[in-house]
Amino acid sequence: MANSSLANAQIESARIVAANRRTDLLMASIGILVLGIATLLLTSVFVGLLASGWDRLINPDFYTHFPSRHPQQAGIISAIVGSSLVMLVTAVIAIPLGVAAGLYLEEYAPKNWLTDLIEINVSNLAGVPSIIYGLLALGLFVYAFSLGETILTAGLTLALLILPVIIVATREAVRSIPLELREAAYGLGADKWQVVRMYVLPAARPGIFTGVIVGLARAIGEAAPLITIGALTFIAFLPPLPVQATPPFVNFDWLTSPFTVMPIQLFNWVSRPQAEFHVNAAATGVVLMVMTLAMNALAIYVRLRLRRLHR
Amino acid sequence: MPSIPSSVVDADNECLIGGASEAFLCRRAFWNRVAAWLLFTAAAASVLVTLGIVYVLIRDSIPFFEQVPLSEFLTDTQWTPVFKNARFGVMTLVSATLTVAAIALVVAIPAGLGLAIFLSEYANPKLREAVKPFLELLEGVPTVVYGFFALLFLTPMLQTVIPGLSGFNLLAPGLVMGIMILPYTASVSEDAMRSVPMGLREAGYALGFSRFRVAAQVVIPAALSGITAAFILGMSRAVGETMVVAIAAGQNPNFGFDPLEGAATITAYIVQMAMGDLPHGSIAYQSVFAAGLVLFLITLLFNLIGFYLRRRFREVY
Repeated sequence: MANSSLANAQIESARIVAANRRTDLLMASIGILVLGIATLLLTSVFVGLLASGWDRLINPDFYTHFPSRHPQQAGIISAIVGSSLVMLVTAVIAIPLGVAAGLYLEEYAPKNWLTDLIEINVSNLAGVPSIIYGLLALGLFVYAFSLGETILTAGLTLALLILPVIIVATREAVRSIPLELREAAYGLGADKWQVVRMYVLPAARPGIFTGVIVGLARAIGEAAPLITIGALTFIAFLPPLPVQATPPFVNFDWLTSPFTVMPIQLFNWVSRPQAEFHVNAAATGVVLMVMTLAMNALAIYVRLRLRRLHR
Repeated sequence: MPSIPSSVVDADNECLIGGASEAFLCRRAFWNRVAAWLLFTAAAASVLVTLGIVYVLIRDSIPFFEQVPLSEFLTDTQWTPVFKNARFGVMTLVSATLTVAAIALVVAIPAGLGLAIFLSEYANPKLREAVKPFLELLEGVPTVVYGFFALLFLTPMLQTVIPGLSGFNLLAPGLVMGIMILPYTASVSEDAMRSVPMGLREAGYALGFSRFRVAAQVVIPAALSGITAAFILGMSRAVGETMVVAIAAGQNPNFGFDPLEGAATITAYIVQMAMGDLPHGSIAYQSVFAAGLVLFLITLLFNLIGFYLRRRFREVY
């Protein structure tokens, strides 16, 4: 009798183990399923765009022509140049500002209400919808500062948009630098600014770099804040060149030029009723996706290598 | 008293003493202070951005609310800003916004939670290390591309299953948005689950719990405020998302919650008005800022709740 109850207990526990295995398997398959759907979506978005935009993508004219009323002749040269110049302005403004703010918050900020305010503010800014930045730009840069619907306005707007990304990345990079590095530098007689400039900043550079790339990748794909400043216009010309043959060799007229960028060109084409323009939109989407995915992949690669280095 | 500087690090007082080496220290102290001030200015500038946003939204909303009483703004169910007999019932736009965000959450909550449980409790570290970058990649896809996908791929596909679906509808952008916020919600809730102390899990195992039971009855309750924060912050993103709805949800301000019909969300309305030539100072121009103010307040509310829950969660562990 004791024997049979032992056997029953064994059967019972075997049943429980088997049931647990089944739920484990179920949970694992749910996880894999979600991942699979996400992967499928990413690939189907990309392949779908590639298939519909293929005719334009393999046509070199697409990259050298201006937008046009005739879909077969329309190209994205003004959008490519516009995106590049806007990104240049964004990078020049957002990188120094974001890195400096991040350094201040990690290395200098005293523990007081002002620091708390700045910190809460940065995390809140990261959650403000991008179109609100567009309204800020419309009300402040376009009308109050009279900067107009220009490359400068667009660059400024996107710089503010990605500022929190760069600040957060800088802070994380700076925080991960061991205290010993700073102490060693102080021990050699360096002052605070020297420690920050010559030791902390160089050591944090790869981490900051990943944040900058992720931020710029986001900025290059943003359309909403630029539409509100009125950038959705027909641009069939290029801004003046930033460089010239005569002294002083650099030229800042391009900053005040009207512009278009790739996501806006895409939006423009996708909003047209004619399906021929959708082909152009798909091709632009492929170019945009390749660029942002490549930038994000670069950032991930740098971070993974960095992590391996730290180990 | 020896004339050796008391501290090189904090070389502020050395300027008072004369001599060649002291002049050097004096210069150093000066540049130290300049650097600190410059860095502080940059950090303080971020506060100016918020102040600028609030200033612009309120400045242009005030003349709007002088003409449109707040009660009408909040209770009217018509939004016809460019009609002769213009009506401004913002709930028209809010209803579409919330419908899309709700559809997004219906997708993102089960998928995100399932993925987070899988990554935090089941997946081996190697797989987890591989999946996280992939999620970041997914997050990096430009939203115009998702909008294009929702309008020209997903909607036609859904129309074969749901015959009554309009060309512009709230369902397709909602579904796409759910996938869009999935990486964010999954990775934030996974972080929350992983920061639940190992001891709690071990206590569960010691009681003979299965892995699923540990996940469902120990980890999730312990990480609940962190997980809730993830989905509230995800909801806030869905509410503020612009290009997907501007492309695929249509531009008709319809009051209602029918996902099969197209309707303008707050963000889509702002885009639509910005595309036309708005006379600066007209009521239609001001209505854009009033709508923006509503959007800002909704997302601010969600963000504050999210941050509060997250902070409370961090304090517990």
